Amino acid sequence: MDYSYTVLILLLPFLSFLVLGVFGKFMSHRTSGLIGTLTLTVVTLLCYYTAYTYFTAPRTAEGTYAVITAFNHQWLPFFIGGLSFDIGCMLDPISVMMLVVVGTVSLAVHVYSFGYMHGERGFQRFYAFLSLFTMSMLGLVVATNIFQMYLFWELVGVSSYLLIGFYYTKPAAIAASKKAFIVTRFADLGFLIGILIYGYYCGTFSFDFEGNADKIAAGAAMLPTALLLMFVGGAGKSAMFPLHIWLPDAMEGPTPVSALIHAATMVVAGVFQVARMYPLWIEYAPNTLHIVAYVGAFTAFYAAVVACAQTDIKRVLAFSTISQIAFMMVALGVCTEYVTGHSHPGSVGYMAAMFHLFTHAMFKACLFLCAGAIITIVHDNEMAAMGGMRKYMPITHITFLICCLSISGIPPFSGFFSKDEILAGCFAFSPVMGWIMTLIAAMTAFYMFRLYYGIFWGTENVKYHAEIQPHECPATMTVPLIFLAAVTCVAGFIPFGHFVSADGMSYDIHLNWSVAGTSIVIALASIGLATYMYKGSTQPVADKLAARFSTLNKWAYHRFYIDEVYQFVTHRIIFAHISKPVAWCDKHIVDGFLNGLASGSHRLSYLIRGFQSGEVQQYAYVFLIGALAIVLLLII
Amino acid sequence: MFPLHLFIIIPLLMLLCLWLARGIKAVRGVMLAGSSALLITAISLVVVYLKARQAGAAAEMLFTTDFTWFAPLHINYTVGVDGISVAMLLLSSIIVFTGTFASWRLQPLTKEYFLWFTLLSLGVFGFFISIDLFMMFMFYEVALIPMYLLIGVWGTGRKEYSAMKLTLMLMGASAFLMCGIFGIFYGAGGQTFNILDLAHHTNGAHVIPVAQQYIWFPLTFVGFGVLGAMFPFHTWSPDGHASAPTAVSMLHAGVLMKLGGYGCFRIAMFLMPEAAKALGWIFLIVVAIGVVYGAFSACVQTDMKYINAYSSVSHCGLVLFAILMINRTAATGAILQMLSHGLLTALFFACIGMIYHRAHTRDVRELQGLIRIMPYICVCFVIAGLGNLGLPGFSGFVAEMTIFVGSFQQADTLHRVLTILATTSIVITAVFILRMVGKVMYGVCKNPDHLKLHDATWDEKIAITTLVVCIAGLGLAPLWMSDMINYSVTPIVDHINAAATQLTSLTSFLIP
Repeated sequence: MDYSYTVLILLLPFLSFLVLGVFGKFMSHRTSGLIGTLTLTVVTLLCYYTAYTYFTAPRTAEGTYAVITAFNHQWLPFFIGGLSFDIGCMLDPISVMMLVVVGTVSLAVHVYSFGYMHGERGFQRFYAFLSLFTMSMLGLVVATNIFQMYLFWELVGVSSYLLIGFYYTKPAAIAASKKAFIVTRFADLGFLIGILIYGYYCGTFSFDFEGNADKIAAGAAMLPTALLLMFVGGAGKSAMFPLHIWLPDAMEGPTPVSALIHAATMVVAGVFQVARMYPLWIEYAPNTLHIVAYVGAFTAFYAAVVACAQTDIKRVLAFSTISQIAFMMVALGVCTEYVTGHSHPGSVGYMAAMFHLFTHAMFKACLFLCAGAIITIVHDNEMAAMGGMRKYMPITHITFLICCLSISGIPPFSGFFSKDEILAGCFAFSPVMGWIMTLIAAMTAFYMFRLYYGIFWGTENVKYHAEIQPHECPATMTVPLIFLAAVTCVAGFIPFGHFVSADGMSYDIHLNWSVAGTSIVIALASIGLATYMYKGSTQPVADKLAARFSTLNKWAYHRFYIDEVYQFVTHRIIFAHISKPVAWCDKHIVDGFLNGLASGSHRLSYLIRGFQSGEVQQYAYVFLIGALAIVLLLII
Repeated sequence: MFPLHLFIIIPLLMLLCLWLARGIKAVRGVMLAGSSALLITAISLVVVYLKARQAGAAAEMLFTTDFTWFAPLHINYTVGVDGISVAMLLLSSIIVFTGTFASWRLQPLTKEYFLWFTLLSLGVFGFFISIDLFMMFMFYEVALIPMYLLIGVWGTGRKEYSAMKLTLMLMGASAFLMCGIFGIFYGAGGQTFNILDLAHHTNGAHVIPVAQQYIWFPLTFVGFGVLGAMFPFHTWSPDGHASAPTAVSMLHAGVLMKLGGYGCFRIAMFLMPEAAKALGWIFLIVVAIGVVYGAFSACVQTDMKYINAYSSVSHCGLVLFAILMINRTAATGAILQMLSHGLLTALFFACIGMIYHRAHTRDVRELQGLIRIMPYICVCFVIAGLGNLGLPGFSGFVAEMTIFVGSFQQADTLHRVLTILATTSIVITAVFILRMVGKVMYGVCKNPDHLKLHDATWDEKIAITTLVVCIAGLGLAPLWMSDMINYSVTPIVDHINAAATQLTSLTSFLIP
């Protein structure tokens, strides 16, 4: 099978970016939107076609899907140690799966934006940046080597920067875009150093781990360090604690962007990176891998607690994203053994993480798009402005409910199946981890239904609604919602283990009913609790609890003041105590020394200029004294 | 065979025509014709050079010509190019071309301005084609002097102070340099000024005694390093740039500062490999500090030109840093960084100059929301910013990655620690660039005077568009350039590395 056409998957969005970026201002909104969307339709179809041909092709003799390098060109040689920077396209189960995810969500967002961004200033720019982002994300997932991944990693970072700052007249958007870029850039420093260590000790950047097995084995001693540093980069992109601070602020961008970049695709790049390096983790650094699990578990918990106290609907979703991505990280981190031949419970987490990535991308994108639909109607992000929206927006209401059930882990929606596999993986690792994650899953159900009731039921802001006349959104916006919700309904029944598994073998997902049963019961209980607390038009229980635990509520609302800590470190310590002194020292000491030299020589010349007075008498005196001195010297 | 003399003849003809020219139109015509001719010559040089290499020309320097100029002192007019100088000539011609357009509407004394501007370019081109040390030094001086007048007469702000400071510091450096050059000449036997002969000990040159190298190497390195804005001798650069007119800043940061890195590599290290090996680490520590120091200083500046000048200190520091790593990859990265920094910083200064010309301020606190008012300039400004912080797709990324991969090949603790220190600059750079872009470009403009400003004129558009295209071109397809540079870097680096074996005993006690 010839896959060389896959170059179009990268090239078409790039061309679309160039055309829209350069000629966009001469186009009407409609034309530019159509160019962007049609290009992306073609790209998505190509992605589907690739997935279809790839997964229907016969497996290799060992029973795995062949890893295919569609093309790989040297882009920049490094002339040393056989290292070079290649750009190519590698197809393997996870990259093909990601192609489907990115294509689907991106297409849904492109269509949705027609309605959402209607009449906005900078419509062309928006579509240009969306194309740039899609190109970068696709390039990231098909990377043949870690350096290519880094290149596109930076590009998705900048697309995210440009899109968060899309409303560049809003100070909050500017600050958020800057923060997102700098925090992830800081994390990428770790990634870069990890790559450099990996390149130096293992002599390759390639993802072809089997072909380079000898070289990699030679650098085994440094691999845990290198992998951990790369994970720092992944933690930055995937908003793991304590590098998560940029993601909630990133919600200042247009909502379709939040759906595409900050929920479904870019933020899972860190998970994808760990999955990509998984063979190395499991072979050379299995114990270090558990750090990923611990970081993930803490992040999941932290984000879930914070999500319970937020009132801005996009922020609730942002923290829920952080928490769900952390679930994927945990799933990868709890993998313990790598047994070829049969799927050991120790490696089920790999499949679970990828499965959850897939299902989460669909339902979380849908949730964000629903939130966007509501926000366009209400013109406000706060739950206080909503309540009772179910009457006005029936389609949005139903799709939102489906996705809420899915994220809470209620069968038969997709989230149930993937989350169940994650929990099974956690229980196989240790019961403590299993119970912690089950608890966090329960919290997920609680805060999602708090959000659901807060928007669609609860206290209606009748006065405000009479003023704005809420109504359902146009078809360009509801069709993507229905599509993604439909995917959420059926995606759980995809035999995912047949496509992706840790060792590449076909693996049957079978529900572990003791785990699944427990999680369903707990999820239902939390939904029940949320219903009890938030469904009614007044919420006495919730208010009482908030008053009872006011400190906790306040701390959770302010995200435990992590941002303030960062603010303190960057402004008070780095700016005030490093940059300012450096600049002062530059002006007064380094430069002062040179200025001092100049004024010193000036003063010296002033002192000795008396000798050059031009008065003959003075010269005569000096001459005489000099002559006398010499005579005296000669005599003595 | 390529007539390299063109790079001297064309500027000389331009000078003549400018002298004869009457009226601003004629002056502009001369500059347009001359700078285009230089650009075309440089591009054809690249093509001819690459063809010659493909055809199998293996000499270190191609297209060499040699005339005796002053026999008693063995001074010759010797020209020749290798991949490094070809890259630098291309860069210089691009900057001269765009600089001409950036100063298209400059008033008053247009003719005199362009006379000095052309003389400066003459010095730069002459420097890059020379392989005779003395001639190189002479062209270096030719390039320095016009700067005094260009800043002192056409500058802004504290121009007299800046011009004087810049000239005095660079003159002080060239005093060091002259000592170094004569030291090399006499140390090697006093028979030839030819760089290749001096390096390979042919034509009567012998190895410079190591004890002497220990004196001449620091002198030469610092002499060139000052021009390359080496910490702590960089302070002329922020003041100088801030006062200089737009095109002069472009030419200065884009090309003149490259003379420093080029000289450090081609003269100081290539001719005195033993000393370079033994003393390099001292300079390495200094420049690594400079890389981070420059970036931190830029974080708290409020004048955009100061921000870019300190950013240049950091980026040019990276050039010297990579050169001192003494391996092929890092050295290739250094030359790529010179190219990339030259283009990016020229674009940056061009955009800043255009904004200043309209708004009459460069203070980031007073400017806001310019992207709505002058979208063309501001988009290019954002591109320059993103390129500067090393975004893939622009030249900065290519250069920085080559440098970091190369530097990481030196496995001892000192080099490792310094490399990691230097990599942190990419984060700090992001901080100050995004801060500047966020404040100046975004937001809503509240100053009614600024609302009336107009966008780029056609000549300014030519200048900045050319630079953007070059930056993206180098960033998207770096392979040919990096191959060309690497081919010529290899013999130099090998030569320096070969010297190491002779000095193991000495290095062992100098290097911790």
